[in-house]
Amino acid sequence: MKLKTILMAGAMSIAASGAWAACSFENDVPLKSLSAGFEAWKAVTDAMAECGNFSASLDQEFREKQPEAFAADPALYQIGGVSNATLVPLLNAGTIRPLDDLVEKYGQDLLPNQLIKVDGKTMAIAMMVNAQHLMYRDDVLAELGIEEPKSYADVLAAAAKIKEAGVMDYPIGGTFKTGWNLGQEFVNMYLGEGGAFFGDGNMPAINNEQGVAALETLKAMTEYMDPEYLVSDSTYVQQQFQQGKIAMANLWASRAAAMNDEAESQVVGKVTMAAAPMGSAVPATTVWWDGIVLASNISDEEADAAFRVALEGMDTDMVSANNDVAVWLSPAYSAGALAAGAAASAEGGAKAYPASGPMGIMHTSLGNGLADYLTGAKDAQTTLADIEADYITAAKEAGLISN
Amino acid sequence: MNFRTFAAFVGPSVFMMLLFIAFPLVSVFKQSFYVTQPIYETVEKETCTPGFLTQTCVTEQVSQPMLDDHGEIITQTQFVGLQSYRNVLEPERAWRAISDGSWQVLSTINFWKALRFTLTFTLITLPLVVGCGLGIAILINNAAKTIRGPVIFISLLPFIITPVIGVLSINWLFRGDGILTAMMEWWLNRDIALFAQAWTIELLMMLYRVWHVAPFAAIIFYAGLQTVNQDSLESAVIDGATRWQRLKYIVIPHLMPLIIFVAMIHLMDSYRVFEEIVGFSSQGYVISLQWLTFDYLTPDQAGNRSISRASANSMLTMIGVVILLILPLRRTWRDHKGGH
Repeated sequence: MKLKTILMAGAMSIAASGAWAACSFENDVPLKSLSAGFEAWKAVTDAMAECGNFSASLDQEFREKQPEAFAADPALYQIGGVSNATLVPLLNAGTIRPLDDLVEKYGQDLLPNQLIKVDGKTMAIAMMVNAQHLMYRDDVLAELGIEEPKSYADVLAAAAKIKEAGVMDYPIGGTFKTGWNLGQEFVNMYLGEGGAFFGDGNMPAINNEQGVAALETLKAMTEYMDPEYLVSDSTYVQQQFQQGKIAMANLWASRAAAMNDEAESQVVGKVTMAAAPMGSAVPATTVWWDGIVLASNISDEEADAAFRVALEGMDTDMVSANNDVAVWLSPAYSAGALAAGAAASAEGGAKAYPASGPMGIMHTSLGNGLADYLTGAKDAQTTLADIEADYITAAKEAGLISN
Repeated sequence: MNFRTFAAFVGPSVFMMLLFIAFPLVSVFKQSFYVTQPIYETVEKETCTPGFLTQTCVTEQVSQPMLDDHGEIITQTQFVGLQSYRNVLEPERAWRAISDGSWQVLSTINFWKALRFTLTFTLITLPLVVGCGLGIAILINNAAKTIRGPVIFISLLPFIITPVIGVLSINWLFRGDGILTAMMEWWLNRDIALFAQAWTIELLMMLYRVWHVAPFAAIIFYAGLQTVNQDSLESAVIDGATRWQRLKYIVIPHLMPLIIFVAMIHLMDSYRVFEEIVGFSSQGYVISLQWLTFDYLTPDQAGNRSISRASANSMLTMIGVVILLILPLRRTWRDHKGGH
């Protein structure tokens, strides 16, 4: 037992000291981070751990823990991983600190667009962007003589052709799982149609032509989707693609690498990344970012060390070692074919996800309310009116709408 | 036993009950009449997000909670009476739907949709659980002594499996082209999508629940079967009673108190149906009352959650359980009084 412990300790220290070599400094302040658990975060936190004295919590439920953990004094985690939506509760509660002095001191290598500024103060450092965009099987489309779909009308026409030719029963895949995913699909479509979610005083404003158009496009797509679409999330769509069951989907850029994963995919090299299909106004997608924040309730010394460790986590070594895992914001990132879709969507004018307190409630109401339209229980106007009513109830309870 | 000894034995349990059951219950009850919310101010804010190569900055009016001197969000708590209950029940909309006779509209209002499913689920699985439980118990009882042990073990297995795991495995067996769906498709030679409409999902949920709980009923009934008066059974055989008549006139009346016990436990448990909804991710088609409470409590990305509506809904769920239990409880009470 004792020998084993000693051996383990020895092995650990060798491993650790070996790893330190990859970090430019030796960190002696104990640091902890809390972030989401997807592949990119794993790569970044592994790189941070190379500096020593660092432990990472990769937790899919991080968004429930983060506000409370950061409100504690001292904060339970020094470093937080956020996206543009999960930044909101931390900003509102004032539990994250401005990073301007630290950026000035250590951030020479950061790109200007990595600095997330709120009212002129840098509150977060973005490391990657993510967006849903069109992925399609170029072999299937080329064989039938279909050009790259540019709009949802094109997507539907292509789907009809593929189905008619008998190549696939359900040519379209979609992240239509009731809840957050389905809400996100509507947000994409609605912004693509040029809609705005709120009027004055946080009152909802989705029951309009753009809202109905967004709903109708969603419903038209379900005709060409596996009938179990209301339980299909990103992983499920990714698998459908990998198994060659679908030809087109508006899927997250962070899933692109999985298409060419030889261990899982039967369609290696056959999936092309393209811009999200156009709505009436802009591409029907939203641009998201993921990045790090530092807690307010920690000492300046800790913040200093935490910032340096965080930068090590997203340095050029990490990016070049994990180039295809995400669309990194880094000078070292070489944007290959896998990032083309996200880049083209952004160039087409895709909007950023309009994260805010009211939007959080709206997204939930949408996610829960849209299924009734897709299953045919309600018509479009009733669906939108009911979602607005549900939003108003929740927003009043949250204090965002005055009674 | 004198009172002191009795109190010493019961005291810790009563204390725990008060601390972990009574107190939270009172607090939830209170919360359902109050709403706590931050005080918001509207400010103009410029936010910059990364694009490709350049940043996109927007300036807009945003609602932002006010902070006090310690950097804590200022909140206010208001007494709102029955408003949260009204928000959950949506009585006006429900009444309009009922007076229009439109069942379809009523079943799109969250609470009523959930209540409809919860009640169907509870009342359909109840006789099935009791029936299957009794069947398994009799089977075990009639099995040869040598194989009785293994038979008991195998029939208990479904009950041992953690509910969420059980639900997920059923989900994966039937979802999309899961093994069992693929087999059914091959057998019937047609495309089957079990997760594409409400009734198939509900059927799977009930199947799962009966499969999961019947062993519990069985083991209780099996214990009861050991105490059936053998003399009565033998005289019944001599009188020429069939197997069915012996079951109906001797065994079932003897097991009645146990059947009521199992029924009560099952009513309480299945009225709080939850794992099935999460495991099958059936929210689009089917929701339950307990799931609704969970949904109100889950914070969205911006950290908002509806504590008051969640409290109101869980009080309503509890009232529902009490109403369901009145019938069997009355019977037990009558029997209890009659016994003395």
